[in-house]
Amino acid sequence: MVSLIPQPHAKERRVIFGNISQPNWAPDIDTYLASGGYEALKKALGMKPEDVVGAVKAANLRGRGGAGFPCGVKWSFIKRDDGKPHYIVVNGDESEPGTFKDRYILHNDPHQLVEGLLIAAWANNVNLAYIYIRCEFPHAAKIVWNAIKEAKARGFVGRDICGSGFDCEIYVHQGAGAYICGEETSLLESLEGKRPYPRIKPPYFPAVLGLYMSPTIVNNVETLCHVKHIINLGPEEYAKMGTPGDGGTRTMCVSGDVVKPGYYELPCGAVTLGELIFDLCGGLKPGRKLKAVIPGGSSAKVLRADEVYKVKSKGPDGEMVEKEIKMLDVVMDAASLAAIGTMVGSGGVMVLDDSRSMVWALNNLNQFYAHESCGQCTPCREGSLWMSKMTTRMLAGQGAAQDPATLKNVADNIAGRTVCAFGEACAWPTQSFLAKFPEEFAGAAVPN
Amino acid sequence: MTTDPTTQQAAEIPSELLAEIEEVITHYPVSKRSASLPLLHLWQRQFGFIDDSGVEWIAAKLGLESINILELVTFYPWFRREAAGRTIIRVCRTLACAMAGSYEVREKFCEAAGIDADQDHHGFGHAPPTSHDGKFSVEFVECLASCGSAPVCLINDDLYENVTPDEIPTLVQNFAAIPAQA
Ligand SMILES: Cc1cc2nc3c(=O)[nH]c(=O)nc-3n(C[C@H](O)[C@H](O)[C@H](O)COP(=O)(O)O)c2cc1C
Ligand code: SF4
Ligand code: FES
Repeated sequence: MVSLIPQPHAKERRVIFGNISQPNWAPDIDTYLASGGYEALKKALGMKPEDVVGAVKAANLRGRGGAGFPCGVKWSFIKRDDGKPHYIVVNGDESEPGTFKDRYILHNDPHQLVEGLLIAAWANNVNLAYIYIRCEFPHAAKIVWNAIKEAKARGFVGRDICGSGFDCEIYVHQGAGAYICGEETSLLESLEGKRPYPRIKPPYFPAVLGLYMSPTIVNNVETLCHVKHIINLGPEEYAKMGTPGDGGTRTMCVSGDVVKPGYYELPCGAVTLGELIFDLCGGLKPGRKLKAVIPGGSSAKVLRADEVYKVKSKGPDGEMVEKEIKMLDVVMDAASLAAIGTMVGSGGVMVLDDSRSMVWALNNLNQFYAHESCGQCTPCREGSLWMSKMTTRMLAGQGAAQDPATLKNVADNIAGRTVCAFGEACAWPTQSFLAKFPEEFAGAAVPN
Repeated sequence: MTTDPTTQQAAEIPSELLAEIEEVITHYPVSKRSASLPLLHLWQRQFGFIDDSGVEWIAAKLGLESINILELVTFYPWFRREAAGRTIIRVCRTLACAMAGSYEVREKFCEAAGIDADQDHHGFGHAPPTSHDGKFSVEFVECLASCGSAPVCLINDDLYENVTPDEIPTLVQNFAAIPAQA
């Protein structure tokens, strides 16, 4: 049911998608064991838990779920010996528009996730873990649950894992169609069986007051898969694949107006945006010109094709120098995208060509956010709907001259004023589309 | 809470469903309340929707108030309080799919299934727009995490990728032939 996995491009390095790319690959445990499966777990069980955390830190692994928080640092917030139960909840809610990597991992290589999760459980003294999967992946839930049972039958899950004395149970939990459950504290409320209203931070940082008010690690599916390879390759080898602050590989999901959309697993920082679009993805459709790119999931601030950024970096003699960088020359890693005011986020790259109206595109996203706001905070609940109504009426030719200004004002009054980061997620598209394509919005605001 | 007089799902729980319910509750050793979503999923799979008796039964089973379950049914888009069509077609509405023609895809599905495409399609416990013969429901959903093969839709449990308007009438015909469950 999940489409064929294309052959890797020369620039790619398939680590997470290494198994899946093999001919005759199947998600069962025998296939997995035959390709060296669960060896990293055995190796990790022979290490001290704190050394596993140290390795993940040294590998410079950043979370692949969207926020990009350094994974080893997150783990080091857990005090292994505080006598409290600890939990891990895997975020398999994958619902950020433009993102479609966890889908393939969950359907095709479930044991990779289970192994990464078990290593994380050992490192953080966790005996009970949940894998939260969005319900629109019903087959994935079955496949992952089956993998857990297979792993249990072989002594990798449950009591006394591989004779180490370490116990860990894993269960699958299915969502019910709400994007907000991807936000980590909403995910925990959902798993507790409550209305999934995000919790306010502080004090409810998952690592302090998480699932059942106990210290909890929430990690994205892809993030945990990387952990296995950090143990296998060693942190130095792993980190070397990426850039200094962004180790390893990252799966970029490319969609929209390119010839070859799909996912591309690339060493972090290995390609520029231009190489990704024109080299790996085969460029744009015939006769089309690039207009805009949303680089890290729908919430990431949009980039305009003719933009030139002024970026400060350290020159050869250690002095800070300012350089001009064209949009297509931006390197696809966390720091480079942050330096130009956007983010690598969840790795979802959406490409728009010159046939697209930016008002139309923003309206599509505004409708998404209006539908998905959980409704807990007034600025987000009212603002997301208001923005959506405004772009809808602009599209219908019923805009008013002050609409772009009002739109900006509403967005500015959401970001930073809400319980969870959905506030920013829904404000950033409007703010950036307006700032970068003012002429289109001004044009659409004139009533006809 | 008023009970819909036409349904009394809680009076008809088959023993296999009960066994599944008991099993799934064991997955949550710390708090039974965590089993709310899985129980709602099992219930909806069995009965097609969740009536008042279901809300009350699940709440009682988990030692909760009915409102604790009802507030989930009305929050999550996946759950509904009325019957939907036998085949549910969920077309992705979000950007990558919209760029690839998903608005047309939804309209074609509605047309082929005999559903008024102008009907409102938003949840809060209501069933999505459903054909008069009860065979189909068609609705827009948000990003299905398959944007690289847009436009996509879920038909029941299966993902269909790169859907073209031309193939829709045949697809719908194939599903129309599925007999009603005994
Ligand atoms: C509105 C919103 C939606 C999110 N959706 C997802 C999601 O679908 N999948 C995911 O892994 N993380 C999502 N996140 C990020 C999570 O809150 C969290 O940062 C992440 O799961 C942590 O894992 P990582 O550190 O391994 O990336 C979302 C965040 C927000 C604010
Ligand atoms: S910011 Fe929006 S989604 Fe987040 S808690 Fe507030 S209302 Fe809910
Ligand atoms: S936009 Fe349709 S699957 Fe993501």
